[in-house]
Amino acid sequence: MTIENIREVLGAKMIVGEDWKDREVHTACGADMMSDVLAFMKDQSVLLTGLCNMQVIRTAEMMDIVCIVFVRGKMPEDTMITMAREKEIALLSTGHRMFSACGLLYEKGLRGGPTYQ
Amino acid sequence: MNDKIIMTYDIPADDFTRAGEASSDIKSKLKKMGVSPEIVRKVAIAMYEGEINMVIHASGGTIDVIISQEEIYMILKDQGPGIVDIEMAMMAGYSTAPDTVRSLGFGAGMGLPNMKKYTDELNIESKLGVGTTVTMRVKI
Repeated sequence: MTIENIREVLGAKMIVGEDWKDREVHTACGADMMSDVLAFMKDQSVLLTGLCNMQVIRTAEMMDIVCIVFVRGKMPEDTMITMAREKEIALLSTGHRMFSACGLLYEKGLRGGPTYQ
Repeated sequence: MNDKIIMTYDIPADDFTRAGEASSDIKSKLKKMGVSPEIVRKVAIAMYEGEINMVIHASGGTIDVIISQEEIYMILKDQGPGIVDIEMAMMAGYSTAPDTVRSLGFGAGMGLPNMKKYTDELNIESKLGVGTTVTMRVKI
């Protein structure tokens, strides 16, 4: 699945990432707590979150996350947009709630990490 | 990369929007040095969690990063309140962070467990009322 596919499935607005929207996304993670995200190390992931602050972009940067989807119509501030562009992290905003957004992507074949033991 | 490279960062107090700048800088430097992406990510995540902890709990501090051919060694030092019970603090889900921090996306009690998970060695020395020193080693 590509970033553009995710945008289509979620009917999302692409805030940053038009130039690299064809990049592949392999896995997904949905969380509002950034340390839960940081516990999940996977390649080329998308992060779905209801949190909307600078640390979301920082967390994505540390994890090499390729795309962030803000749920419930949240919109990032200009400083977040600037940093995301600099780090080449796509930013999307969807009106869907977390559960529905994750479900729609799951239905299209996107998966998360393994079950915790 | 025959010699050791030492980087020192001042972590500002209570500036949550700037937290992570030091880890971001180390990440791009290691990348430029040609260190493998997996090692870079491990170092970045472990140091970022430590950096966030310093901002949340300890009014900032300093981080030294020593890069050699064999490893990346991080020393995080603060003059904060100290950790009451290190064993408890290491438990996943245990947190003493206030709700204000949780609303910012941290304080889930995963910081120290994550730091342990992504490093080859983690040591914590803490004295109440004096401060905490965390050292972490990631082998290349």
